[in-house]
Amino acid sequence: MSDVLEIETDVLVAGGGPAGTWAALRAADAGADVVLVDKGWCGASGATAAAGTGVWYVEPDPQAREEAMASREALGGYLADRAWMGRVLDETYAGMNEFAARGRYPFPVDDDGRQIRRGVQGPEYMRRMRMLVRRAGVRILDHSPLLELLTDADGAVVGAAGQRRQAGGDYRIRAGAVVLATGGCAFASGALGTHVDTGDGTLAAAEVGAHLSGMEFSNAYAIAPAHSSVTKTAYYSYASFYRADGTVLEGAGSTRGRSVIARTLLSEPVLARLDHAGPAEREAMRCGQPNFFLAFDRAGIDPFTDRFPITLLAEGTVRGTGGIALASTACDTDVPGLYAAGDVATREYICGGFTGGGSHNAAWALSSGSWAGRAAAAHARTVADRRRAAVPAGGAGLRPAGGEGITAREMVREVQDQVLPYDLNYLRHGDRLAPALETLHGLWREARAGLADADPWRAREAAAMTAVARWMYTAALARDESRGMHKREDRPGSDPTWHHRLDVGGLDEPWTRSAALEVAA
Amino acid sequence: MIELVSAQRCIGCDRCVDVCPTDVFDRGPDGVPVVARQADCQTCFLCEAWCPVDALFVAPERDPLPEGPDEAALGGTLGSYREAIGWGRGRTPGARVAVGPPLRHEPGDRPGPPLV
Ligand SMILES: Cc1cc2nc3c(=O)[nH]c(=O)nc-3n(C[C@H](O)[C@H](O)[C@H](O)COP(=O)(O)OP(=O)(O)OC[C@H]3O[C@@H](n4cnc5c(N)ncnc54)[C@H](O)[C@@H]3O)c2cc1C
Ligand code: SF4
Ligand code: SF4
Repeated sequence: MSDVLEIETDVLVAGGGPAGTWAALRAADAGADVVLVDKGWCGASGATAAAGTGVWYVEPDPQAREEAMASREALGGYLADRAWMGRVLDETYAGMNEFAARGRYPFPVDDDGRQIRRGVQGPEYMRRMRMLVRRAGVRILDHSPLLELLTDADGAVVGAAGQRRQAGGDYRIRAGAVVLATGGCAFASGALGTHVDTGDGTLAAAEVGAHLSGMEFSNAYAIAPAHSSVTKTAYYSYASFYRADGTVLEGAGSTRGRSVIARTLLSEPVLARLDHAGPAEREAMRCGQPNFFLAFDRAGIDPFTDRFPITLLAEGTVRGTGGIALASTACDTDVPGLYAAGDVATREYICGGFTGGGSHNAAWALSSGSWAGRAAAAHARTVADRRRAAVPAGGAGLRPAGGEGITAREMVREVQDQVLPYDLNYLRHGDRLAPALETLHGLWREARAGLADADPWRAREAAAMTAVARWMYTAALARDESRGMHKREDRPGSDPTWHHRLDVGGLDEPWTRSAALEVAA
Repeated sequence: MIELVSAQRCIGCDRCVDVCPTDVFDRGPDGVPVVARQADCQTCFLCEAWCPVDALFVAPERDPLPEGPDEAALGGTLGSYREAIGWGRGRTPGARVAVGPPLRHEPGDRPGPPLV
């Protein structure tokens, strides 16, 4: 038996991206004792740390807010909720303003000397969030993935257990409340900064009885230079797209025309050139997103004059919207003691069936993190007995039911074969989704039986990706129409009878059920 | 992927061992970290940003290079990302000037925030 680090605390936050750090900060502000565990290193880990991100920061001017709320409703298939959007706009505005003062973030300044707070650079943002969290007295365990939740006899969540990758041994943390902020699931596709986002929290939540929502909206794909990891689709709005012979690829575009790119990539290369950017835009791009140019400068490509091959990398639920369903804006779940924030929670309440990025995600991480942190701190105060008997809830990947199977790496590759191909996940068709789901069910049974890895966290990642993939396709097959980012070739167009949310859950037998649009704000 | 730890430049501060989100480095016997798990590298460039002496090189390729790069030939590439984001003493934080261009929309798009 390896060493176990035992800790008792009020609030345990799993995940140290924007959602987790805001949760930890708000819980500590509310007077709670807080421990934050991260699979990687809080401050450099997760999808935001590596990127530059726009933030849904809107001045509290009624017309500006109205426009902001209306702008994405159609794209999201009218599944979003104005009350939630309003609360996210309020929280984000207040949070960013506080971050400017308390975090001393060096926002750019406009001609009138006013700070522009509509975006942050990932490395700088997350470095400062780590600083704020530490200053607030939060204890951080880095390189310490959560493996499973602990529950009491009534099924309430009372802590979590995990592995200390660098320090060695395991940890077991008893807490008054647990906030999951472990990010989305991008299936190790190679998209920037998302390798740690493997759905671990989603699986752990389902194991204690939480359900998910919006999992059909989990097929975000982003443009990257073919050789690289830098998924930054926004700047490709300045691009033209070409075939290998130099002719223009008709209908291709960075937003609406992305499916044309996907379809073409199935059989031939697609090239891009940012030929609509003039000198001013070129300069601004370099300032705005320095890492966008690493992929070009270091490969000897001038993206403004050279045509270069591109690819589409899956970002799953990171820039999709599905995740753990919430009961209210306290970010509470079906399970007492369990809260969820950021990409691990569903973002449908503010995005409906589409995000693709563009600042809603960052606003959601900040807002839901803040709400979850405050609510978890309040809940922890009501939990008197921190030492009552607890049992670990983890199954697949942790407790083999028999036999040694394939390795985690092999299982991840097999899951990827079902979820990365454009003609399976992006350009969806029931006839292709159904067999893919069957294969995934088989992989799940293998994960249950046992993987050949000594490293629990790797086995857990493989099991979690398998589980997320099954919920995703179960929901995609159930939603018998096209809506938001979920486009079924065999069910073109939206069907008004499907104008509602879709819950999904279950481990060995995934289930779906229709869910109402209204959730308490 | 991470392709180079410069033994000449490295001061053995272990920063990269800490910050790498996917735990790619091990502490080396001589104080210089070794790339122990390159296959886990997610090509996020963050170790480069955090290294105080520009001793690391991350190639933009998602797959390992057939042959490791020649340090002498890299020249000014070492440290260029850290410089671009304005980290390091005496530099202006890149965040201060990070204002991208307005993003073009395609025909048929509703006005609104850019689609990132
Ligand atoms: C290239 C790119 C560009 C983007 N640009 C934008 C943009 O411009 N605007 C916008 O709004 N959104 C953008 N997004 C989306 C945005 O980055 C995410 O929505 C946001 O990072 C979500 O925050 P999070 O804290 O929930 O998850 P993450 O930032 O992904 O953080 C998750 C954290 O959880 C940790 N973790 C994972 N598993 C475990 C475990 N088992 N135990 C403990 N910790 C764990 C990870 O190490 C990580 O630190 C972009 C995404 C990408 C990939
Ligand atoms: S590029 Fe990112 S994942 Fe790779 S070694 Fe550096 S910090 Fe680690
Ligand atoms: S961060 Fe740089 S100087 Fe420090 S150990 Fe790593 S390579 Fe060496």
